[in-house]
Amino acid sequence: MVCNVLEYLERAEKLYPDKLVFGDESGQLTYRQLGRAARRMGSRLAEQGAYREPVTVLIDKDVNTLAAFMGIVYSGCFYVPVDKTLPIERIRTILSVVNPAYLIVKKEDEQLGRELEKEKLLFLEEMFQEPVNWLGYPKPEQKEAVKVPERQWEEAKESGNCCYKEKEENLPLLTKIRERHLDTNPLYMIFTSGSTGVPKGVLISHRSVIDMAEQFTNVFQFSSEEVFANQAPFDFDVSVKDIYLTIRNGASMYIVPKSMFVMPKKLAGFFNEKKITTIIWAASALGVAASFRILEKEAPRYLKKIMFSGEVLPMKVLHYWQKHVRDSIYVNLYGPTEITCNCTYYIVDREFSQDQVLPIGKAFPNTEILLFNEENRLAEPGEQGEICVRGSSLALGYYKNKEETEKAFCQNPLHEDYLDMIYRTGDMGYINDRGELVFAARKDHQIKHMGHRIELLEVEASVNAVEEVEKCCCMYDDILGKILLFYQAEKEMEKEIISQLHNKLPKYMCPNVFYRLDKIPENNHGKIDRQRLKQKYMENNK
Amino acid sequence: MEKLMEILKNLRPEVDFNTEKSLIDGGVLDSFDLVSLIGELNEEFEIEISFDDMEPENFNSAEQIYQMIVRLQSEE
Repeated sequence: MVCNVLEYLERAEKLYPDKLVFGDESGQLTYRQLGRAARRMGSRLAEQGAYREPVTVLIDKDVNTLAAFMGIVYSGCFYVPVDKTLPIERIRTILSVVNPAYLIVKKEDEQLGRELEKEKLLFLEEMFQEPVNWLGYPKPEQKEAVKVPERQWEEAKESGNCCYKEKEENLPLLTKIRERHLDTNPLYMIFTSGSTGVPKGVLISHRSVIDMAEQFTNVFQFSSEEVFANQAPFDFDVSVKDIYLTIRNGASMYIVPKSMFVMPKKLAGFFNEKKITTIIWAASALGVAASFRILEKEAPRYLKKIMFSGEVLPMKVLHYWQKHVRDSIYVNLYGPTEITCNCTYYIVDREFSQDQVLPIGKAFPNTEILLFNEENRLAEPGEQGEICVRGSSLALGYYKNKEETEKAFCQNPLHEDYLDMIYRTGDMGYINDRGELVFAARKDHQIKHMGHRIELLEVEASVNAVEEVEKCCCMYDDILGKILLFYQAEKEMEKEIISQLHNKLPKYMCPNVFYRLDKIPENNHGKIDRQRLKQKYMENNK
Repeated sequence: MEKLMEILKNLRPEVDFNTEKSLIDGGVLDSFDLVSLIGELNEEFEIEISFDDMEPENFNSAEQIYQMIVRLQSEE
């Protein structure tokens, strides 16, 4: 039984040492190169003594970032990818939750890295270099060349580590770490919007990722022939499928540069040039390709599996792709980060008209979906219930956040006979007359906007922090795709609000339309009357 | 130009489109911004921005976008 994702990597390394595993715009790694880089890095981290601790990486869409993830896993720690283009306050908030053993940045981000972390900062490039010039300190005459901080230098001399490393991979140490490993140990942590105003770190174990990789591989028949085109950034769990399905199967993965989605002209040629067979993308990314009509110029010839998740795929986008890529299967995937990528899938098997909605289908093997109605009883067919998930795919909860964890991860309400955890997604669904699960709505104020999962309450918390804003309420206009902000203040404050939010929130969380009100409607209990506000908005925008 | 500035401002209220010269190369606009921008430009100015117009040098500044609109309108 596979207990560690590194077993996937090592198996592929043995079978296909010289095959490309990951490629980006400027670099590529073979399985052998990836394995070696990761073990070198893992050795260095482990020699520092960090074990089962979080290591934060400021990520890029490149192969070195992926090698760093694997290196962290070798050390027995878990990785926490963070987007370096987030506002610095946001990164600080995340780091304060994580309190990582190390922060790993690229040399080019040295300034940002130093602003964020003084003591525990490491540079990605230095971790892969051979021979070791990082912490197993090199010869004294190299002291200048490697620029180690004076304090560390002294420490290294005292500890007798001040010599040239003979071996670049500390295999005895890595073996020892492996022997201690459990598959319930954390593998990574991904942050998601939190309704209290603080983002939540979803912690995922090796077991859950192995479960995902095995089920996906069996259901969709992946093999070593597969070539994935990775769209999602590495701080999104959509990318977890690309990474681990690739190494699970000894396949190859090309990272599509971000710029290609902004100016997607080159995207059309990319599919055929790299002979892409599978894409597992955010629904919104398929939408971008359709809006720019990139497939007319050059239809992807090798593409056989098109999978999408994150949002409801608009029917016209599906039809557009189906028209230009006929020989592919289309799969609607559903699931929040907390259950490791996806818990249900629907393989499109019939024609849909413009006004129909794609079902989210049925549960993956080794996963169960339960729909609970308001009385916490199982919903009847056709009746709406909250989508709840059971299985090995459940996260280890929210990092250092017992309260939120206990709200969402709880005992199966059907019995109290033994420990039986379910995850409450907060999504409402029902079973249609074909027996397929259909997504209906959200239970709370969480929305999906431009492919991102956002708690409107978190946006409100940030707006309320702006002085002179007395009250506010956020809503989402899902037809226009815009976040609306209603705020109560004595004067127009749009500019101030925007500039303050910009320092705190990712740009996709900033409201798009602003309405100042003298008085926000309230109900009898003095709470904001969202219903009335919504009605007013609808009347004004008819 | 006024109409264009209004569209841009509504799209991304926090960006100063008077001074920003690398909307694309600087990563200011992302793909979702562009999708909605192109839709609105097509509608508002009765033009059709085609696949071949999708070059960074047509979108890096408000001025460049404006020039492209004028060019496309004259080609009609």
